[in-house]
Amino acid sequence: MMLSGWGRFPVIYAPVVDRPRSEAELTAAQAKGGVIARGNGRAYGDSAVSRRGTIDMRHFNRMISFDAETGILVAESGVMLADVITSFLPRGWFPLVTPGTKFVTLGGMIAADVHGKNHHRDGSMSAALEWVDVMDQSGQVHRASRTQNPELFDWVPGSMGLTGIILRAAIRLQSVETGWIRQTTIPAKNLAEAMEIFETSDDSPYSVAWIDCLKGGANRGRSLVMLGEHASGDMLGAQENDDRYALRPKRKKSVAFDFPGFAMSGPLVKAFNALYYRAGLRKAGDNLVDWDSYFYPLDAILNWNRVYGRRGFLQFQCALPLDASKAGLEALLEAISEAGAGSFLAVLKRFGEQSSKFSFPMLGYTLALDFPATSKNLRLLEQLDRITIAHGGRFYLAKDARMTAQTLIESDPRVARFVAQRQDSGASETFQSSQSERLAI
Amino acid sequence: MSKDSVLILGARSDIGLAVAHKFASLGHPIQLAARNVETLKPNRADITTRYKVDVTLHEFDALQPDSFAGFVDSLPKLPLIAVCAVGFMGEQSQNEQDLAASSLVMRSNYEGPAGILAELANRFETRGSGTLVGISSVAGLRGRATNYVYGSAKAGFTAFLSGLRNRLAKKGVHVVTVLPGFVATQMTENLDLPEWLTAQPMEVAEKIATAVERGKNVIYVRSIWWLIMTIICNIPENIFKRLKL
Repeated sequence: MMLSGWGRFPVIYAPVVDRPRSEAELTAAQAKGGVIARGNGRAYGDSAVSRRGTIDMRHFNRMISFDAETGILVAESGVMLADVITSFLPRGWFPLVTPGTKFVTLGGMIAADVHGKNHHRDGSMSAALEWVDVMDQSGQVHRASRTQNPELFDWVPGSMGLTGIILRAAIRLQSVETGWIRQTTIPAKNLAEAMEIFETSDDSPYSVAWIDCLKGGANRGRSLVMLGEHASGDMLGAQENDDRYALRPKRKKSVAFDFPGFAMSGPLVKAFNALYYRAGLRKAGDNLVDWDSYFYPLDAILNWNRVYGRRGFLQFQCALPLDASKAGLEALLEAISEAGAGSFLAVLKRFGEQSSKFSFPMLGYTLALDFPATSKNLRLLEQLDRITIAHGGRFYLAKDARMTAQTLIESDPRVARFVAQRQDSGASETFQSSQSERLAI
Repeated sequence: MSKDSVLILGARSDIGLAVAHKFASLGHPIQLAARNVETLKPNRADITTRYKVDVTLHEFDALQPDSFAGFVDSLPKLPLIAVCAVGFMGEQSQNEQDLAASSLVMRSNYEGPAGILAELANRFETRGSGTLVGISSVAGLRGRATNYVYGSAKAGFTAFLSGLRNRLAKKGVHVVTVLPGFVATQMTENLDLPEWLTAQPMEVAEKIATAVERGKNVIYVRSIWWLIMTIICNIPENIFKRLKL
């Protein structure tokens, strides 16, 4: 069958897809070699596709236990984050770390070491991880935690499934009083202002900025910085109090067909950005937002990846060290606005420290963009790669679909150690993805 | 506040488990019944963890009718709702040649399910309340060369459910007949089914919960199947017998 990630680029012929239902079936599937585990397919590129053998882990979808004292959930790796929220938000618990979609599996979250809007305070997925069970190339299962197999525990998050198959894990949830977020929107006229807001709002639990990457000149980097915190019970109005955990179902929209290519062209995105910024100015200040709209705005539009048309789209996400962030971001934004390439969703965020050995986030800033997968944009992304490397930055493998091995090595001095670890442990022959082949990791 | 129990017969099947999840999410305690029921312990933990309801496990073999009365007696409580998801498709080519194989399909899809629902029906009737749900199949609406052994057993089960509903209509007991079309389960995993005709197990479970709540009689899961089966059932036999369906 033809497989791809959420970005629908590249599309890869993957003739062997196993859907094991037991550890015995899983062992048999991975014994074929050259395999990679796949969750819900939300990594954008080819992280969870292997030409030799892709293992769909979604049958491993059982929760095992929950400790209401500590908020620790033990579950199999194919459990969907959306199900965790459905089960535990009504009891006053919410994931400690969540990416921008709830349609991911726990295994995928750990493999990519996902981060959320609270990274500057709470760290990435590995910070919420108590222990993880990993199946190695011989079919043996190892439990790894901060005290047991700590070396393995440090490698697994961020290793994109290349250190073994994640079977189950214990993750920490945070206690919340309500399902509402008190959001504060602060407009920033340019990049300097936006960064200033981030630097002075470190104590805000959540922070993220939508950034207009087509605007040039004095307003380059104009943004809407959105700060947030879980609302306590007394912050709710009568209407919200009526639905304390904001669980009432909302209407889902779906993109029923592939948009034509011009839908995401520069001028249209430019017009959209202007409208969005003005709408943000009007909304500036405090308001209450339900958790679903706040954390997962795109989940409300099922199949939103189709707005980029049949050819698919590319994501670009880099992290820049703090001292080079300003210059690096200026240079990236300049290149993007000169190319006039429309990025519908451009996100800027302040990161805290790196959490695990091969984790993507680093102390500094991250910029995430998406573009239609055209040859012109592929060239632009290569240019953005150069700028990132020149400023000491690195790239998020969960979003990568097209980087070269050379680019990765230049960007990330940790790669050599990662490759050595894979060879020493014997994992490199058994666990491979289309991405790991391309990146020679 | 505690709700009434729901019994799932054939709880290992993907549809059976999905139905268990659905009713548990509505707050019902769940009784899971299957062969080698011990192997469902992880599923019990899963359902309890997710929905904070009690789940009990009960050994049940649909091919042992002598055990049915004792099985029902052994339940911690007579359930308010019982859903029968027992079924076995077999291989049509084998069923044509091998009497033992075809007999197994007939017993698994008709004799067993009808027998256990009959036992439960009598107890529900005495109590004067309850809902019985039988998962039958569109394959039972008209016999086709490709799966008539399975289809004939399902036809028998569908007729049985219809009669049971008729008998119990004035006794406070309701009977729901479910006619799923294709469902993406372990049974159909290796078949190449068209996506728009194929329901997910959770879709079947949602429809069943709604049907129980609203007292519906016969339900399809995807309504397109009503149209397809209406057409198939109305093809004159002279033409039908020459078709490859």
